[in-house]
Amino acid sequence: MSVLETRNLGISFGGLQALQDVHFSINEGEIIGLIGPNGAGKTTVFNLLTDVYIPTDGVIELDGENIVGQKTYQITQNGIARTFQNIRLFKDISVIDNVKIAMNSQMKYSVLSGIFRFPAYRREEKEVSKRAHELLQVFHLDENAHDLARNLPYGQQRKLEIARALATNPKVLLLDEPAAGMNPTETMELMETIRLIRDKFQVAVLLIEHDMNFVMGICEHIVVLDYGKIIAEGNAEEIRNNPKVIAAYLGGE
Amino acid sequence: MSKSKKISYAITLVFVVLLYAVVALLISQGTINRYYGGIITMICINVILTVSLNLASGFLGQLVLGHAGFMSVGAYTAALFTIHSGLPVLVSFPIALLLAGLVAALFSVIIGIPALRLRGDYLAIITMGFGEIIRVLILALPFTGGARGLIGIPAVAPRKSGINANVLLFSYVFFLAVLTVYIIYSFIKSRHGRAVIAIREDEIAAEASGINTTYYKLLAFILAAFFAGIAGGLYAHHVGVLNPAKFDFNYSIEILVMVVLGGMGSITGSVISATVLTILPEALRQFSDYRMLVYSIILIIVMLFKPSGLLGQRELSIKKLVQRIFDTEKNTGKVKKEEG
Repeated sequence: MSVLETRNLGISFGGLQALQDVHFSINEGEIIGLIGPNGAGKTTVFNLLTDVYIPTDGVIELDGENIVGQKTYQITQNGIARTFQNIRLFKDISVIDNVKIAMNSQMKYSVLSGIFRFPAYRREEKEVSKRAHELLQVFHLDENAHDLARNLPYGQQRKLEIARALATNPKVLLLDEPAAGMNPTETMELMETIRLIRDKFQVAVLLIEHDMNFVMGICEHIVVLDYGKIIAEGNAEEIRNNPKVIAAYLGGE
Repeated sequence: MSKSKKISYAITLVFVVLLYAVVALLISQGTINRYYGGIITMICINVILTVSLNLASGFLGQLVLGHAGFMSVGAYTAALFTIHSGLPVLVSFPIALLLAGLVAALFSVIIGIPALRLRGDYLAIITMGFGEIIRVLILALPFTGGARGLIGIPAVAPRKSGINANVLLFSYVFFLAVLTVYIIYSFIKSRHGRAVIAIREDEIAAEASGINTTYYKLLAFILAAFFAGIAGGLYAHHVGVLNPAKFDFNYSIEILVMVVLGGMGSITGSVISATVLTILPEALRQFSDYRMLVYSIILIIVMLFKPSGLLGQRELSIKKLVQRIFDTEKNTGKVKKEEG
């Protein structure tokens, strides 16, 4: 069953049609790759999905419900979480608090309860603390739980960002260049992690990536964008041999 | 709650009660005269102002340049209430303080809703304008006393009641300062406080993590204004005469300087810097003409060598201080033994 679907999605900035007729759907637990040359509009797709930009055309359906017009935080609460091309962590606070912040919307206790430490505060804080530690363990970050996020090495910062996105209990996880700046070993490790979280959290993954080995290795389905339009779709083998894709990347007639 | 935390809270509580008992006793016996009593009162009021501004500027990361404006709203609200309510001042003063906070909070809602929906430093400019507008309004309105000032604000305890007004006022400012510190500290440690800090760290990432940023920005801003209003109410009944010139832009900046000096994002830092920067101009009185010069130079030196403020984002714990003192004693003891 498809969990996220876009139809005729498009946006224009003034006279520039940045995206046109973008049409794809993601099934539960599927890993989909979004590729294309620089400036093709990949990150713009993410920004439309999370209300950073408002689409000028089309619909985005999450579990059959149109989410166009919802605020970013509402979309996150409803089940689309994302990471950023340039890591955006809460740098000056601890690793575990980064994760707890993303669990904020699942907690219920009131401001007064927080200030005067009512039982609801204790109960929920205890539970969230436990869940946050469990999540960090999945990413082997638990030993660093009380370090400042800025002091983590680059690869672990990427992982923490994914952990934080997962903490919102998403149905769909959007990863914007998760392997950027990683060495081959780290990339291999990341592929394992992404498969693991798909299995463990039953989350669909949509990822943007330039590392073709990574994309071909992990994605069950690949969507290719060029100049704001989808030029090809299919599995790794089909994409690799598609003349339009080759032309978009290498130039051609 | 862990055991070490409980001990830490207990030690802090004992310290606070002892401090109160000693100072209250000294005031009631007249050992601390009116001049020093006044400085102590101003320290407590400035602690409330600094800690509350730290919530908006240090933790939320929004520059507020009109904190004195919220204070003046609170000051005039409280003063007008105790003057006109007709209730005995022992009853009307606590109500007036609450009203002072609420009215200041109301103003913060009015200016916060348009300013905080946007990303960026709009709040700095809007609060600066607000501070000036309030001051001009107070000068112009018929019931505020205008430039002559608002006079006839009653003391917190009438003379014939037999209660020592100085001790009572000190009790009010001291415990409200403690309460402010407690409330803002535990707010910051709750899920709401984490959300506020997330906005300071990265607003876009906070929003993408499911945080309703507008709501939390408003919440922190309103809380800050509420306490500034209470500080204003206390101030009005401490000085007895309100002069709108006191609440000018300079005073807002003075409070901001206290926040920055103590460390943006450190509550204990705010308490320390509010205390030091209230005492400093008084202690420098003997240099008369040069005192503001010395004051500025001290600030520049601190900022040059410790740009994140005295404590940065760390908190000072009385328990750790006590521990450190005992630990060094133990350690020196050990070393001596080994030598022997």
